[in-house]
Amino acid sequence: MLRRAKRIIICLLLISLVLAPSLQASAQTESYTYSYEFFGLQYESPDAYTPTSLLLGTDLGIGDFSNPKSLFVRDEYLYIVDSGNNRIVVVDRYFELIRIIDKALDDGEEITFLNPSDVYVDVNGDLYICDTDNNRVLHTDKDLNLIKTYVKPEDPTILGETNFIPLKCVVDKAGRLFVLAGNVNQGFMEFDKDGNFTNFTGANPVKATFWQAIRKRLMTKEQRARMILFVPTEYSNLAIDKDDFLYATTTTFTTDQLATMETVNPVRKLNSIGEDILVRNGYEPPIGDLQWGTGGDVSGPSRFEDVVPMDNDTYFCLDRNRSRIFGYDFQGNMLYAFGGLGNKLGYFQYPVAIEHMGTDLLVLDNRASSVTRFTLTDYGSYINDGLAYYKEGNYEESANYWRKALHLNGNYDLAYIGIGRALLREGEYQEAMKYFESKRDYDNYSKAFSEYRKEWVEEHISYLLIGAVVLVTIPLIIGRIRKRFKGGAARYERKDRDL
Amino acid sequence: MNAKTEIYKDKFRHLGKTLRYSLYVIFHPFDGFWDLIHEKRGSLGGATVIFILFILTQIWTWTYSAFPFYFPQWEYFNLFMRILPSAVLFFVWCIANWSLTTLMDGKGKLSHIYMATAYALTPYVLIRIPLIFLTYIFSYDEYTYYSVFANLSTLWCGILILAAMMMIHDYSLGKAVFSSFLTIIAMMIIIFLIVMFFSLITQSFGYFVALYKEATFRLF
Repeated sequence: MLRRAKRIIICLLLISLVLAPSLQASAQTESYTYSYEFFGLQYESPDAYTPTSLLLGTDLGIGDFSNPKSLFVRDEYLYIVDSGNNRIVVVDRYFELIRIIDKALDDGEEITFLNPSDVYVDVNGDLYICDTDNNRVLHTDKDLNLIKTYVKPEDPTILGETNFIPLKCVVDKAGRLFVLAGNVNQGFMEFDKDGNFTNFTGANPVKATFWQAIRKRLMTKEQRARMILFVPTEYSNLAIDKDDFLYATTTTFTTDQLATMETVNPVRKLNSIGEDILVRNGYEPPIGDLQWGTGGDVSGPSRFEDVVPMDNDTYFCLDRNRSRIFGYDFQGNMLYAFGGLGNKLGYFQYPVAIEHMGTDLLVLDNRASSVTRFTLTDYGSYINDGLAYYKEGNYEESANYWRKALHLNGNYDLAYIGIGRALLREGEYQEAMKYFESKRDYDNYSKAFSEYRKEWVEEHISYLLIGAVVLVTIPLIIGRIRKRFKGGAARYERKDRDL
Repeated sequence: MNAKTEIYKDKFRHLGKTLRYSLYVIFHPFDGFWDLIHEKRGSLGGATVIFILFILTQIWTWTYSAFPFYFPQWEYFNLFMRILPSAVLFFVWCIANWSLTTLMDGKGKLSHIYMATAYALTPYVLIRIPLIFLTYIFSYDEYTYYSVFANLSTLWCGILILAAMMMIHDYSLGKAVFSSFLTIIAMMIIIFLIVMFFSLITQSFGYFVALYKEATFRLF
């Protein structure tokens, strides 16, 4: 009896073990790289870029960087603007020290920098140095002999009482200098080749919405004065791509303003007359993170501190809020995002600048005083190749690379759509529709569907015609028969007509 | 022949007849709604069938529409929560309208309001169900055609409800519009009261739970 009871108890225990809900690991694992799908859900992704090495000032034997503010790459050389030490450190692609720029020569006389915050090197090797606290931009040749200085324009209507505080600068192929100056909200200051100020460019347009305009009308003068001023926002950084288009980022916007994308575009591409021509065809415009959450002391939208246009017209934005890097293609689709806050390799504390050397990405961390190098993985290169072939119109080759990317990441929307596009071009509409539907690309689906419908109708035109004829004639015949065989009113009707 | 089955057959025939009458009502609203109530051409059973079809049409639109016309996040799709608004609004409309029109010299009873409102939803069913099939023929570029028909069905229902209000309560058009407007306000008040009632119940329940917990912590 006792044994039986024991057996039952053991059986029950075993059953309870089987029936107990198995503990599942959290589905929301934070992977290093991720992408977003149609509904804005975050999906894990293989790494497109991996951090490979880290550069500290002490590695070069020149002491730690102090408050480094900017990076610049020309050919094989990386320029690190070491603002706190008033110098610019040049290293090569292997992170070997090439030289330290801490002074320029003006007719043999040495001039030093004070808190320089940016440098631009043109193709001839000429340097443009934003000597911020000296309120000037220095233009030197590659041996650091001063060619000219750009200072505050003499015309008092241009800057007024404000000091000229050059923060960032780029130079286009024609030798025009674009300066992002502090406390200036009319856009970038443009200087011509001879160092004269020409105009402001790329100002943020100020638009008040309909309701704001109405509200302003109804307010008293005092209320209006107390309202937040509608001023154009200042830019946070600028970069120039291979075709001389300016890329600009802005971080000063509120969450509400972000909701109405009319007024805020965190990243822009400006043409020569200062118009924003960035293509925004993605699920969402390029604003960085779509899911903000609240973790630690981080909240709110992404704040792009820097942007780097790559040679293949993709661009990477650096978010200082969550220390992440967002890649976008030339159509505005988000490719992937990676990075994060932290102390490990590949994570940052306060990233301020991003640059690219070939396909490598270099990120400057202001607080950690370090430069991190990211190299492209196979997965990332498949995506790049897929985009490149798509851009030149070779859809089939492009689809091959998308298939390779899909092999590594089954959740990658762009790969499905890329394959669908190739199928659409090859005339396999039904197959293409499947790919588009799976990723909810209704525009392309609609195109494929229209073609498929046309094909279907052409194939079945005879059946359709027969069907239409049958639909018309059968009720007629039935009516005739009913009239003939049924008595009552129908018969009289016929008789009337005969008469 | 069994007498019982004969009765059932008769009932069924009556239901079919009253249902068929809805086709007359939607094309002759004034005449139709008057006869619906006063000549007993409609039935509560028919109204219920139309109402159920109305709900089913919505469900079918969600589940069977072709891809680009409706694509929710199925992982988060809750059918019950989706049909709840239209079902609740329908009944709240009936109750709010009845409680208002009794004060405003309306002639209709609650059953009349229910019946007339349900009959007024017929065009929605008649237009939306064929539209589901059309989504398989239309591409997304032709969405305009789809939305024209969809809006037409809603507009038609709205006009029918107004006509129903005029006929069953014996109102003029102005009074029907005014009473419908007031009904919508009354619906808001009712929904507000329901929500408040529930949140108060939850809070008071939570209070007693907290009290019990506190007591057990102190005593043991």
